[in-house]
Amino acid sequence: MIEFDHVTVTYDGAVAPAVRDVTFTVPEGELALVIGRTGSGKSTLLRAINGLVPHFTGGTLAGRVLVNGRDTREYRPRDLADVVGFVGQDPMTGFVTDTVEDELAYSMESLGTAPDVMRRRVEETLDLLGLADVRDRALTSLSGGQRQRTAIGAALTSHPAVLVLDEPTSALDPQAAEEVLAALQRLVHDLGVTVVMAEHRLERVVQYADRVIEVPGGIGLVSTGLPADQMVTAPVAPPVVELGRLAGWSPLPLSVRDARRAAVALRSQLADVKPLRRAAVTGAELAGCSNLIVGYGTVTALRGVSVSIRAGEIVALMGRNGAGKSTLLNALVGIVPPRSGTVTAAGVDPRRTRPAKLVKAVGLVPQEPADLLYAATVVDECSGADSDFRVPPGTCRAVLERLAPGVDDQLHPRDLSEGQRLCLALAVVLCGAPPLLLLDEPTRGLDYGAKRRLVEILRELAAAGHAVVLSTHDVEMVAEVATRVMVLADGELVSEGETATVVADSPAFAPQVAKILAPLPFLTVGEVATALERAS
Amino acid sequence: MRAVHRLTLPRALHPGAWWLWALGMAVAASRTRNPVLLVLILAVTGFVVAARRTDAPWAHSFTAFLKLGLMVIGIRIVLQALLSTRSQGNVVLFTLPQIPLPDWAAGVKLGGQVTLEAVVTALYDGGQLAVMLCCIGAANALASPRRLLKSLPGALYEMGVACVVALTFAPQLVTDARRIRAARRLRGRSRGSFRTTAMPVLEGALDRSVELAAAMDSRGYGRTAQVPRRQRRITGLCVLLGLLGILLGVYALLTDSLAFPFALTALAIGLLLAVGALGIGRQRVTRTRYRPDPWALPEWLVTAAGAAAAAVMVVAAVRGVHGLLLAGPLVVPPIPLLPVLGVLIGLAPALAAPPVRQGAAA
Repeated sequence: MIEFDHVTVTYDGAVAPAVRDVTFTVPEGELALVIGRTGSGKSTLLRAINGLVPHFTGGTLAGRVLVNGRDTREYRPRDLADVVGFVGQDPMTGFVTDTVEDELAYSMESLGTAPDVMRRRVEETLDLLGLADVRDRALTSLSGGQRQRTAIGAALTSHPAVLVLDEPTSALDPQAAEEVLAALQRLVHDLGVTVVMAEHRLERVVQYADRVIEVPGGIGLVSTGLPADQMVTAPVAPPVVELGRLAGWSPLPLSVRDARRAAVALRSQLADVKPLRRAAVTGAELAGCSNLIVGYGTVTALRGVSVSIRAGEIVALMGRNGAGKSTLLNALVGIVPPRSGTVTAAGVDPRRTRPAKLVKAVGLVPQEPADLLYAATVVDECSGADSDFRVPPGTCRAVLERLAPGVDDQLHPRDLSEGQRLCLALAVVLCGAPPLLLLDEPTRGLDYGAKRRLVEILRELAAAGHAVVLSTHDVEMVAEVATRVMVLADGELVSEGETATVVADSPAFAPQVAKILAPLPFLTVGEVATALERAS
Repeated sequence: MRAVHRLTLPRALHPGAWWLWALGMAVAASRTRNPVLLVLILAVTGFVVAARRTDAPWAHSFTAFLKLGLMVIGIRIVLQALLSTRSQGNVVLFTLPQIPLPDWAAGVKLGGQVTLEAVVTALYDGGQLAVMLCCIGAANALASPRRLLKSLPGALYEMGVACVVALTFAPQLVTDARRIRAARRLRGRSRGSFRTTAMPVLEGALDRSVELAAAMDSRGYGRTAQVPRRQRRITGLCVLLGLLGILLGVYALLTDSLAFPFALTALAIGLLLAVGALGIGRQRVTRTRYRPDPWALPEWLVTAAGAAAAAVMVVAAVRGVHGLLLAGPLVVPPIPLLPVLGVLIGLAPALAAPPVRQGAAA
């Protein structure tokens, strides 16, 4: 169905090709998963499938891409629209109309489908993706999962043979990701659609893949294979695979279910060992809010939230999209005014402190990391950050090098990949090392390596007496780094406690290792590894 | 009778019908400065909006336009008070300090005595503009401009898309700017510069438009049938001329500045040219339309109601019916029977338009 034949893509003005000498085939009806580090060229590869690279982006494509027998050299993206459906990273930016039904019909309208066929297919797609209840709703009023399903539906209605998705679940909470993946499963199994998707959250998707395409980036060659084979050596791997590698299971399990079956021996081996946990943090209270009420217009985002954050803690905020996590973080840094209640952050009232003084007390990486970036090159951004936060020159650049090694100094921040841009924003805020550090979704688009390096930095900061609050959907990250978890729902704090107790009871928030080894209280592969060492 | 002709079957009325009705009411408002009639027109449009609007976000725009109207009146009164001359009346309300102006500005006066007559005239003039604005607000609330653009003829499709995209981007820019301003605090900067405020907003907008263009391209936007270049140019020219004619005609009708027959002729020729050109232009378009809004009996009735209200007022103005214009600012406004009845016809859509579907956004 899709054939890449010695494809090399070089963007205009770039020194090195974005992807080099790629050769692979995806047969009809398969779900192919593209994996690789942040900025390794996954998006370029996906965009080459429907001809956006090079027709839309510019640059030079050497080699040949065949999709359903059509050569992308001769067919522009619009001429491939009946064969390839494309869903970009952020569904909101790809929406052309303003209601769900119109959006679903848009590609069919462009292709000139007959009105009665259109009507029928829209109804079918609404049912297939479970969107019938929201058919008349404005796109802006949808939840994240609904938006992503609408974007998939909009690509599907023209009955393309191939569906290409760029990180379909990375911005979604676990439940919404489940919805989207279930919908994709149905497409592959029932309709025989060929799906190619890139995703960093391998723990969510790898079990569904029929084929893995690994893009190493740099000078390495793209390799493809069955997921179980490819995962043995892949540099990015979900916890289930890491655990499998640690325990030496063969074949390597990819789903929690397979791993549980393989883990019988491991569970009995670990039965008497308790995981080493850091003792609960008992530092002085560093920040907090009490009876905080925040609203926008007629919507109340937080209804009476009281939290207290101690020095040396890493607190994870979890909850659905729209539960009030970002609002709480923004209130702690004084961006949104509270309707009532008090906020203190590292000894100051964030609403009444001058920005220059405030950044010495509290730092926030917002959900849209690009908001923090002003300069035209990475190196200017870093030196700007050094002077903003009054730290020695080179500090920010050093943090960036640690998070994402090898970012080109002269690139414009907007030309970085999503993950690299986030690393840059993280570096900008981390270099000031404020006593209270707030991170809003700090793992969107980050690969496992970058996440691990971020975890290390956060642990160091916590050990030095800083407090960190991060809002995230990434349960694996929470299990790895958080000492305490707060769950928000509908603007209220619904549960709060030690990470192990909060995440382990909940089916949605439990990390993979906890699911595999339940009822044993292990959360991460690291804990299992140290426990095994101590046992032997 | 086909289902779409029924007045009671809940469905969304064709957006074009709402806009024509609203324009009719605006034309009616443009013919009078009688506050009684103006308030009546406002009440009629407000009632129809209350009766037939949906829960969609844009359905609240009537209130926004009402506020805008009040602002217009306020500005008008303040300017009048500052610049008015004694010649406008004898009843002096209060005296502002007068600022002496150089000789070349003779005839312009800043400050000084403010008369009741001047203020009341400003109130009525501003009121007329405010009511016309509210008519547009009513159309906005009842049918979003996006929906109207959706029913544009095929040949104008590309232009329509450009407008829709612009309509989405404008509010997005405002939210972006607000977010970026807030984020500036996070870098410890109190004051913004072009580099730290406008640039990120513009870069973000550019990024988004490139993304959107990529998405539209991959969804088949811009597939067209081949037509000779000359034919394409001629159609383009005809559309332009036609639109110009329509514009001229509507302007003349609204402002009274050109003779009535001339305005009608310009409008007619413009319409003819535009419709013809659009018909030819359609050959190039291969796209189809999903669930086009039907144009049936309710649409005709709503349009007719607006047209009737406008016609009554225009005819009354041409005939010089007493009561459309006031004899002086301070007289008690009369209640002219015929124009009042004419404006009341504008209420018809509250019944003639089908009721709103429950839970529908558009």
